[in-house]
Amino acid sequence: MPSVSESFRRKEGPEKLTGVAKYIDDYPLPGCIHGVTLRSSIARGVIKNIHFDPAFDWGPVTVVSAKDIPGQNYVYLIEVDQPLLAEHQIRHAEEPILVIGHPDRAKAYEALGHVHVEYDEWDPVLTMEESLDAKRLLYAADNVFKRIEIVKGDLDAGFALADFIVEEEYRVPHQEQAYIENNGMAAWEEDDGTLTIMGSMQCPFYVHKAMSPLFPREPDKIRVIQTTTGGGFGGKEEYPNMIAGHAALLALEAKRPVKIIYDRHEDMLATTKRHPARVRHRTGVRRDGTLVAQDIDVLMDGGAYVTLSPVVLSRGILHATGPYECPNVRVVGRVVATSTPPNGAFRGFGAPQTLFAAELQMEKIAARLQMDPVAIRRKNLLREGALTATGQMLRESVGASTVLEQVLARSRFADKKKKYARWNQSKRRPSWRGIGLAAVFHGDGFTGGGEVFLRSQARVALSPDGRIRVDAAATEIGQGTTSILAQIVADALEVPYDWVEVETPDTSKVPDSGPTVASRTCMIVGALLHRAAKKLKLALLNAGAHWPLGREAFERAAARACASRGELDFVEEFEKPGDIEWDDVSYRGDAYGVFSYAAMVVELEIDKLTYEITVKNVVTAQDVGKAINPLLVEGQIIGGTSQALGYALLENAIFDRGVMQNAQLTNYIIPTTLDTPPMDVTIVEKPYSKGPFGAKGVGELPMDVPAPAVAAAVYDATGLFLTELPILPEKLCQALHAQEN
Amino acid sequence: MPKKIELEVMINGQKQVYRGPAFKRLIDVLREDFALTGTKEGCGEGECGSCTVLLDGELVNSCLIPVCQAEGARVETIEALGTPTALDQLQTFFLTKGGAQCGICTPGMIMSAWVYVREGGGSDAASIREALAGNLCRCTGYQHIVESVIATVQASNRRTRKK
Ligand code: FES
Ligand code: FES
Repeated sequence: MPSVSESFRRKEGPEKLTGVAKYIDDYPLPGCIHGVTLRSSIARGVIKNIHFDPAFDWGPVTVVSAKDIPGQNYVYLIEVDQPLLAEHQIRHAEEPILVIGHPDRAKAYEALGHVHVEYDEWDPVLTMEESLDAKRLLYAADNVFKRIEIVKGDLDAGFALADFIVEEEYRVPHQEQAYIENNGMAAWEEDDGTLTIMGSMQCPFYVHKAMSPLFPREPDKIRVIQTTTGGGFGGKEEYPNMIAGHAALLALEAKRPVKIIYDRHEDMLATTKRHPARVRHRTGVRRDGTLVAQDIDVLMDGGAYVTLSPVVLSRGILHATGPYECPNVRVVGRVVATSTPPNGAFRGFGAPQTLFAAELQMEKIAARLQMDPVAIRRKNLLREGALTATGQMLRESVGASTVLEQVLARSRFADKKKKYARWNQSKRRPSWRGIGLAAVFHGDGFTGGGEVFLRSQARVALSPDGRIRVDAAATEIGQGTTSILAQIVADALEVPYDWVEVETPDTSKVPDSGPTVASRTCMIVGALLHRAAKKLKLALLNAGAHWPLGREAFERAAARACASRGELDFVEEFEKPGDIEWDDVSYRGDAYGVFSYAAMVVELEIDKLTYEITVKNVVTAQDVGKAINPLLVEGQIIGGTSQALGYALLENAIFDRGVMQNAQLTNYIIPTTLDTPPMDVTIVEKPYSKGPFGAKGVGELPMDVPAPAVAAAVYDATGLFLTELPILPEKLCQALHAQEN
Repeated sequence: MPKKIELEVMINGQKQVYRGPAFKRLIDVLREDFALTGTKEGCGEGECGSCTVLLDGELVNSCLIPVCQAEGARVETIEALGTPTALDQLQTFFLTKGGAQCGICTPGMIMSAWVYVREGGGSDAASIREALAGNLCRCTGYQHIVESVIATVQASNRRTRKK
C-alpha cells in the first residue's frame, strides 16, 4: 500500500507517548558537572573587574572565561561579531561572561551569586528609532546590519496613475518561541580527542561548524548528536551553537562531561526571539481596486549582534507586498543594531511581520475605496504567470485563489459578515462580533541562491539483511520529519513504511542535508531522498529483483545486491534546477523555487465590559503542494495557527532597559486549550513539479496568516483599525475610549 | 546542609524508600532518585503542567511539591501507563489522532487526560478543553489532543455499553 497521502503514525510516537523518549536532560551522564552561565546585568558598557567571593568554597567549582577558549572567541554564523563569552565589552543584557560548573546543580547556581562583576555602564540603544539616529554607534557607521532594496517597475509612474494613495504604519513586537523543552546541551571529550556534543537542536551541522573555530581540531574530531527535541520553532536554530560552545569549553577545562540545562527564566531572558518590526506602507490604487504602486519600508530590530538578521530581513522584504501582483514596487528593508539580546529565527522568519502589515493594508485600502475586502483581493491576487516584486514569474503551483475561495465558501463569509453587522447594530448586545479575512504566500526553502550554496546531501542505504536506512541531518522537532521522510522513501522504493528506518541526526553518521529550517525538509531533503531511493530501486532491479516484493524476497534481493560490499547506498546532492535564476546583488529573479499559499477566516467576539477577545472559529485552507502525511500537515497548520493567535492576541514581551521583564510562563501568556478555537482545516494540493510527489513546504505558512485575519475581525467588530500587535483588551479599551472622545 | 530525611512512598505500585533533603522537589526525586525521566520540567513554577503526576489519585504539578509531602502517598507517573510496544488505549489514540508532536508536554498531558477518562468525563470538546487547561502545548494547537481524548472516551463508552 502506498504511504504517501496516508496519515501514518509518527515513527517515534510510541516512545514519546510513554515517557521513554530521551530528551537531553533525561540522560544521566555519569560523573558530569552542571554548567550555569554568568550573564551581564547591564545592557551596554565594559567589564572593569570580576570578583570572586573568597568566603565561598570554590574548590569543587570550575570556572571558564573568554581567556580559556583555545581558538577564536566567536560564535560562527553569518558574521563573526558575537563572542562566545564577553571579554571586555558588553553589548546586551544577559550576555554570557563566565560559565561555572559544579557536580551539584544547585551548588552551581549558588556559585553564581558569589561572583560580582563591576562595570563601566554606558547608555544603551534600546529602540529601532534610537538606533537609526546613530547618536550612539553600536555597529559600523550607521548601526545598520543590513539594508536590502527590491525595485520593480517605476514607482513614480505608478503613483501618477493612482486614484487614491493609502498610507499606514504597522508594528509587531518580539515573540518568544516558548518550546516547552528549554534549551539544553551536553559535551565531553572522548579519549581519542573527539569533542562530542549532544543536545536539543534543529541543526547539528550548524553546531558542528560553530565548534571548529572555537576548538580547533580536525572536522571528524567534532561530533554533534541531536537528542529528542521538545520543540524548536526556530528557537533552536542558532542559539544551540552558543550553549554547545559553553558546554564544550567547560568540559575541556574540567576534563569531565558537562550538562547545561536552561531553566525557563534563563531561556526566555537570554535566547533569541522574533524580530520586532515597523512596516510602513504607501500604496497607490485605482478606483476599481487595482494596485498600481507599493512603496514599503521595513525596519527590524536585530538586537546586539548580526546573527541571522540579514536573512530574516531578506525573507521579510520578499514577503512584504503580500500575495499580490503590482507593476510598480519598491521595498526598502533595514535591520538595525540595538543593545538587546539578539533576535533570531522563529517560524516564518520575517514573513509574519511583513505579511501582517501587507494584509492589514489591504483592509485599509478596501475601507478607503469602500470596496469589499474580498473583491480587492480577488482583483490583485497572484496567479499563474504573475510577476512578483523581484520579477519572478510564477510558472506553476499557485494556489492563492483556490485557498481564498475555499475559506470564503466554507466559512460562509459574506453571510456572517452581514449577520454580525446586524448583531453589532443593537446597542443592547453584551458583545461585538466580527469576522476577518487574510491571505498569504510563503516562499519554500532557502531564499535565492541559498539552496545552491548549501549543496545539501542525503543518503538512502540498504544493508545485506534488508534494512533500509535514511541518513539525513533533518531533525525531528515535533513536525514529523522522521515519518514523512520514511514515507517518501517507502513509496519511491514501493515497499511498506515500516521497512524504512531513519538514522538519528549525528554528524558522524549522516551527510549534511542542511538545517531544519525554512519549510525545506520535505521539499528539499525529501526530494533528495526520493531520488536516492529511486536509484536504489534501480540497482535492485538490475540485480534481478521483481516488484512487488514480499519481505523474504526483499531480504534475498538485498543480500544479492549487497553481496560484494557491506552496504549499498546512494547519496544525492542538491542541484540547481535549470530554470531558476537569482541575482543577490540586484535582488531580482526567482527568490524561491516555489511558494505555498494560505487563507484564513477568523470569527471573534469581544465582551463590551471586559474587552476580552474570544476567537470563536477559524477556517483555513492551505496549499502545500502535496500532503505527504495529511495528519501531520494538519498538525502543523493547527499548531502554527495557535502560535500565531498567541502572537496576535496574547503574547506581550515587556522590555525594560533591554531586559525582558516577564520572562516566565506565568506572565508571558501562550495559548491554552481555552484560548484556542476549533479550526476547520482544508488542505489544498497544487503540485510542485520539483517537490517529492508534488510537495511544497508547510512548517511556516500557518504562522503568517492568523494575525492579520484577527486584526481584520477586530476592525469588523468594532470599527477600530489597530495597527500594532498584540491586540490586548487594555489597548482595545483605550482605543475605543479615544474614539468616543 | 538541608535536613536529610527518610521516607516511604508508593511509586507506580511499588514501595520505594527515599533518603535525602526533605524539600527536594518531587519531580527531581522521580527523575534523579528513581530514574523516572518520563515526567518533564517545562517551567518549574506550576504553569505548564508538563510535570503532572498523580498524588493519591489527584493531579499535581510535581515541580511544586516537596517530597516530604508525598510521604506514605501513592504517586503515579507516565511510566504507570503503557510501554512503546504495549500502549494503553489513550496513548494509542494520541498516536493515531496526532495528539503528540514534539512530545515534551505529552506525559503531563496524558496524565491529565487519563484522569479525565478514568473519572468518566464526557466526550464533548468543551469539557475536555476545561480539563486540560492546565497543560500547555506549543506544538499541536490542542485540537488533535482533544480529538484523541474524545476517541478514547467514545471507545470506553462502547466497551461499558457492551458489558
Ligand atoms: S514544570 Fe511543573 S508546571 Fe511546568
Ligand atoms: S507536543 Fe510539543 S509541546 Fe506539546
